[in-house]
Amino acid sequence: MLTKRIIPCLDVKDGRTVKGINFKELRDAGDPVALGALYAQQGADELVFLDISATDEERKTFAELVKEIAAECTIPFTVGGGIKIIQDVERLLKAGADKVTINSSAVKNPDLINQLAREFGSQCIVLAIDARNVGDYWLVHTHGGKKETEKELFSWAREGELRGAGEILFTSMNHDGTKNGFAINALKELSKTVTVPIIASGGAGQMSHFVDVFKEGNADAALAASVFHFGEISLPDLKAYLRKNDVEVRD
Amino acid sequence: MIAIIKYNAGNTQSVAFALDRLGIHYKITDNTEEILSAEKVIFPGVGEASTAMKYLQDKNLDQLLPQLKQPVLGICLGMQLMCRFSEENSTKCLDIFDLTVKRFEATQTAKVPHTGWNNLTQTKGWLGPQFENTFVYFVHSYYVPVNPYTVAQTDYIVPFSAAMEKDNFFAAQFHPEKSAEVGEMVIKQFLKIKK
Repeated sequence: MLTKRIIPCLDVKDGRTVKGINFKELRDAGDPVALGALYAQQGADELVFLDISATDEERKTFAELVKEIAAECTIPFTVGGGIKIIQDVERLLKAGADKVTINSSAVKNPDLINQLAREFGSQCIVLAIDARNVGDYWLVHTHGGKKETEKELFSWAREGELRGAGEILFTSMNHDGTKNGFAINALKELSKTVTVPIIASGGAGQMSHFVDVFKEGNADAALAASVFHFGEISLPDLKAYLRKNDVEVRD
Repeated sequence: MIAIIKYNAGNTQSVAFALDRLGIHYKITDNTEEILSAEKVIFPGVGEASTAMKYLQDKNLDQLLPQLKQPVLGICLGMQLMCRFSEENSTKCLDIFDLTVKRFEATQTAKVPHTGWNNLTQTKGWLGPQFENTFVYFVHSYYVPVNPYTVAQTDYIVPFSAAMEKDNFFAAQFHPEKSAEVGEMVIKQFLKIKK
């Protein structure tokens, strides 16, 4: 039986792990290599490392870091942040990353998804979508949530799938940082819209939120950061809790 | 020495790192002599079938691989390329296993690609019974149906071959190099095989 995945997300800047609260406030949560290895040991199913560097100089550091992570990491990990062209992806996959997420660059140039899927296979292309609920719509945002676009979540996710994305990582900007639970209704709708796996992100605060996101939201995986980084939820406890609530997870 | 076949496979580095962690000496190579003289060969694979086959053909590896006599382990796309034909862009493959690789059809509840940790059942052959019900990491949209060479099954939409064996050819659809402790045990199990 395919199990539901728990994915700690590590935002990385200058070789350190940080977590943006509503994409703005930054707090330091340690060394990404050590933290990643610890999570893998504690039963994380995958890891995501997002490069939130602003400059090209810092980005070079990130590719080096990916190699260090890959040498240590016994579980799959995804990297993202600032990927613009096919060579960026090639460099990161060669360094040992298993998948990449693309976000702003795909909105700007949707054909990038097709190119990447053709070159590296759909399985390693994760389309990350940040969206904000405005009235009846979920508007897609880019540039770390700073820039509103005209794209709408569901049609963009569907287009991304058709272009060759192998997974959709959906972050609800309304829920991110609130710790009040995931965007269950939008996730449920998204799950009906696409046939590729969905990673839910934004809003994790308590263990019950993970039960809801899998049982009600039909997500295939759930991503969270600060609840793990600051020890509010431990991975072994979360796995035991999910199992007790009839959600299949890996030991 | 272990030879890891050098071609455009996405997970070559991950396989190398997994061997590093186990302290195993290896070389990533597409050199015929080096491959022929290796004690064991690992044939990794992440990517798309027709592109991968074209790359192998350009390097004449499509001729070399089926003739190898030492233990060879195909991983993920590597396993699929060992079959006769893949539905992925209608690709003629290496024909070590006379089998067709098929595409998963997504259902209301099952997404494609099959992504994540799933359990192995009916494990035998090179894996042995100790892997029964262990969880390993999969990511693939195409699968090899259960067949006489199957030595481990996994159920996703349909039961499929999670591992296979024929003569000196061994194969895993999952990623041992990314399957934590269980994956390390699988790699060790392959390395233990006596020629």
